[in-house]
Amino acid sequence: MALAALERDRPRSVVTPLKTEAAVDLSQVCVRFTTERGTITALEGIDLKVPTGGFLTLLGPSGCGKSTLLRVVADILQPSSGTATVLGGPPAAARSRRDIGFVFQDAALLPWRTVLENVTLPLEVGGGAPKGRARDPRELLELVGLSGWEKAFPHELSGGMRQRVSIARALVSSPKLLLMDEPFGALDEITRDRLNEELLSVWERTGTTILFVTHSIYEAAFLGQQVLLLAARPGRVQELVPVDLPSPRRIAMRETPQFVSLVTRLRSVLEIC
Amino acid sequence: MANTATMGAFVDDNDAQAIYLAAKRRLLWRRRLLPVVTFLTLLVMWEVGVKIFDVKPYIAPAPSAVFQVLVTKFPMLMQNLLPTAIEAISGFLLGNLAAISIATAFAYKQSLEEAFFPIAVMVNTIPVVAKAPILVLLLGNGMEPKIAIAALICFFPTLVNMTRGLRDVNPQQLELMHVLSASPREVFVKVRLKNSLPYLFSALKIAASTAVIGAIVGEWIGSTVGIGALIIQATYSFDSPLLYATIVVGSVFSATFFGVISWMERYFLTWSAAGAR
Repeated sequence: MALAALERDRPRSVVTPLKTEAAVDLSQVCVRFTTERGTITALEGIDLKVPTGGFLTLLGPSGCGKSTLLRVVADILQPSSGTATVLGGPPAAARSRRDIGFVFQDAALLPWRTVLENVTLPLEVGGGAPKGRARDPRELLELVGLSGWEKAFPHELSGGMRQRVSIARALVSSPKLLLMDEPFGALDEITRDRLNEELLSVWERTGTTILFVTHSIYEAAFLGQQVLLLAARPGRVQELVPVDLPSPRRIAMRETPQFVSLVTRLRSVLEIC
Repeated sequence: MANTATMGAFVDDNDAQAIYLAAKRRLLWRRRLLPVVTFLTLLVMWEVGVKIFDVKPYIAPAPSAVFQVLVTKFPMLMQNLLPTAIEAISGFLLGNLAAISIATAFAYKQSLEEAFFPIAVMVNTIPVVAKAPILVLLLGNGMEPKIAIAALICFFPTLVNMTRGLRDVNPQQLELMHVLSASPREVFVKVRLKNSLPYLFSALKIAASTAVIGAIVGEWIGSTVGIGALIIQATYSFDSPLLYATIVVGSVFSATFFGVISWMERYFLTWSAAGAR
């Protein structure tokens, strides 16, 4: 299997107790945007700790600030007030150390670059990956099941394939924190299920901390160790739900009573968001 | 793995493939031949029409008469094409180079664009025929004013398109470059410049034909050589066959110029869905 390519990575089981140090630590983070029609509060008083190596899914109605939260952590947006600590320092420091990988909703591939050139982009710009952290791009393409597509251009790929390329690109500099903004939102359900399982194996093998935004209850429950439910207008934390599902997780697990009751619980919380 | 579904979708079926390719070839030939056949038919109708209605040659010459002039006066026509071609190509290069440089400056400094863009738009609204005499007064009677007119006429479409191409970048691509801590130079070279190429080439294709128009219009004012001068001379001496032959030479040159740019576009833009076609 393609995942054998990653065998050299520290194997790691989900049930190992996590380190206490938080990879992401938000304290009273507020984000406000001022427009002609007035000031919008996208996020209000967000307190959040994500443990190192954890997998947190962010779930909420549209306009609840899920993407905004991710952008604060990635240093794309500055909080209007409050502090964000990422990997022990300010987000900007983590970003310039190349500790953050970001997967965008529409893959954001550069259409003039081949698949392989897109994956190597992080190694070319901004000083490249820190010493010893650059991964073999071909190995990563194998990991995401795209061997043989190195020379293809993005317009020749399907939506799911493009998103796999962007995941390989995010992993090429071995980030310690992977931020994913509705990466599978535009895909059909079959492809989405498959990529969900693949993402979990990537996570289990790399030990990367993942923050994953989604608007699918099933996806949030299936992927996360914790599900952060956000309420809208203003965006605020509604509830942090721990997910207690055995590992490794497989799609078939979604038929189990345990999973069904979790989904029911998440839906009932979402109804009051 | 997961992608076998997509990769395994192609199976070998030589017969079906052969039928498909034959049908594709037939369509391609039809697309190539139909315009040629139509064109020749129209020429014949024109020729017959001139004969039947006994149209005077100075009003509308028969295609055969135009063709005869093309053959007998070929060296003279080429002599006049040369300066026009030099003016058009120099103007094309100068105008586009200036437009690309200024668009680059605009992309780096928004305030520059705010300062100069409205002026550029205003200058662009002056018709070429009005700009031409001013430039002849400024630059004398040689090739310079013609080059300047050709350059000016190329300048605006390229400036507008290039500025748009450098600006209209997918915001997520810019966020990506930010997350990768890319320098402004890297963002420009690796994202903005590449993004502007399709915009640039559509402007260059317009410029290729308008540069020739600019050079010809420039030659209308106090020039003794060139396609433009020949058009004026042939008109004043009611030498319609020569006038038509001159126009044919000018159009063929213009079309060739356009063709070269289109070929370059396909060569440089293999990555875009439009360029790959």
